[in-house]
Amino acid sequence: MPKQLNTALLQIAGKTSGALIELDSVTKQYPNQPVAAVKNFSMTVQPGELIMFVGPSGCGKTTTMKMINRIIEPTSGSISIDGRDVLSLDPSELRRHIGYVIQQIGLFPHMTIAENIGVVPKLLNWSKEKTSDRVHELLTTVGLEPGDFAHRYPKQLSGGQQQRVGVARALAADPPVMLMDEPFGATDPITREKLQAEFLRLQASIGKTIIFVTHDFDEAVRLGDRIAVLSNRSQIEQFDTPANILASPANEYVSSFIGLGTAIKRLVLIPVTTAQLGPASAAVARGTTVRTTDSLRDALDSLVLTGLPALAVVDELNKAVGSISVDQISAVLGAEVPILTPTAEA
Amino acid sequence: MTLDLNGLLTFWARRWDDILELLGEHLTVVAVALVIAMAIGVGVGMLVWDKPLPRSAVIATAGVALTIPSLALLALLIPAVGLGWTPTVIALVMYSLLPIVRNTVVGLREVSPAIMESALGMGMTPLTVLFRVQLPMAWPIILTGVRVAAQLTIGVAAIAAYVAGPGLGQFIFQGLSSLGSKNALNFALTGTLGVVLLALVVDAAFVGITRSTTSRGLRA
Repeated sequence: MPKQLNTALLQIAGKTSGALIELDSVTKQYPNQPVAAVKNFSMTVQPGELIMFVGPSGCGKTTTMKMINRIIEPTSGSISIDGRDVLSLDPSELRRHIGYVIQQIGLFPHMTIAENIGVVPKLLNWSKEKTSDRVHELLTTVGLEPGDFAHRYPKQLSGGQQQRVGVARALAADPPVMLMDEPFGATDPITREKLQAEFLRLQASIGKTIIFVTHDFDEAVRLGDRIAVLSNRSQIEQFDTPANILASPANEYVSSFIGLGTAIKRLVLIPVTTAQLGPASAAVARGTTVRTTDSLRDALDSLVLTGLPALAVVDELNKAVGSISVDQISAVLGAEVPILTPTAEA
Repeated sequence: MTLDLNGLLTFWARRWDDILELLGEHLTVVAVALVIAMAIGVGVGMLVWDKPLPRSAVIATAGVALTIPSLALLALLIPAVGLGWTPTVIALVMYSLLPIVRNTVVGLREVSPAIMESALGMGMTPLTVLFRVQLPMAWPIILTGVRVAAQLTIGVAAIAAYVAGPGLGQFIFQGLSSLGSKNALNFALTGTLGVVLLALVVDAAFVGITRSTTSRGLRA
């Protein structure tokens, strides 16, 4: 490989906390098919951004994502990471610096969890000690006790645990870019919500540039810094923050994709503290409480669940700072409000 | 002609060193053939597993070899390579190839697309994927092919005495050619029992080999 290209790879690899991704008029046309799978897709993703690709199955969102690490080769157009043209780099070496998580996880059944996470470090010729230290660090990061899990095999783990290992494995070499294809799609709703919350917390600390593909709009709202709503041939119908898309869908297609209950969905993005809280005395003493870090949706959920007219809002020290009722939540939706970014929510 | 148990026991007592030698030869010729067939079969399987046309061609060819009667195959080899070990090993390798190639191809292809994609997506080259992911995952299936080949060749090797090959077939042929004589049945019976016993022992050995060389993560 020419020296210049190696330098380009090293520059991408050096940017562990997020790199700029630019796609310019990217097209994928399969032979013997009348229409392109992806047509003229252009997008700029800022370093550290978590971008959600949302769209129905077959709209080309996964194809678009897979062209970034060249699992699928674009027919035309250009893709660059931090200004380096990825199409001129060696695909295998490029992929070692792009984290990749797929829905089926694809853990290697014949390798232990530690060996699975150590795959990319081994490809990069890391020393045994460095790899082992990193494996332990990552297992701890994703909430799996290293002493307990490092030497198990994938089949000995639950689906949720396997998915955590999948994320840890993708993070092994601290890549600046992560591509995630419906990573939580195959898990049950409870596990999924837990994984999403953990993932948001993780991203808040590592700040990778992430392309995340999903068909679940609620997941996109919950996780994304910005959402690209895609239709056939990966056409971008709207590309904006979750709050802006919920507040003003660009067209009929986007509205239909958001579905019903936009008000409820918006509440996810708004912190409790945005509401004009009532006096602490309005809430039942020693009843269910809402935290200042919760969203209005959490508050509404608790209100509906308890059937109480108002709930106490408490701070980190469990000290009541006020109370919240359904009226106060409605008032927020009626007003122009500052929107909480999803990464800060967790 | 009736079975005389005392006579058989006396026969064994007198000729136990011959019997052991023939058993050893039989095992050796089968082992040599299997090692060669594994090298060729797994190698060819790795070359053709992802190419539909060569894959079908290889499996069909190996299948045809299996349909040639063993006696005919051995006879055909005599003008080319003469008598003894050489035609025996060649014939046994030919019979072993089908189960080994077929199982190698099946095993390599059975690795799920998700695992293949995540391996490539992490930056493994196709060759690395083959050696570090596909081959270890296909290993128990490949070994099953070798095990089938072992059973097959232990039986076929008995016929190799026809071309003056090594092994227990010598006793069987000696018995058949001296029908009516005192020890004819003893020769044939000893050779046959030896082949059956060897087949059982080798099969049991394969269970152990498979267990000890397969990743714990793949065991059921």
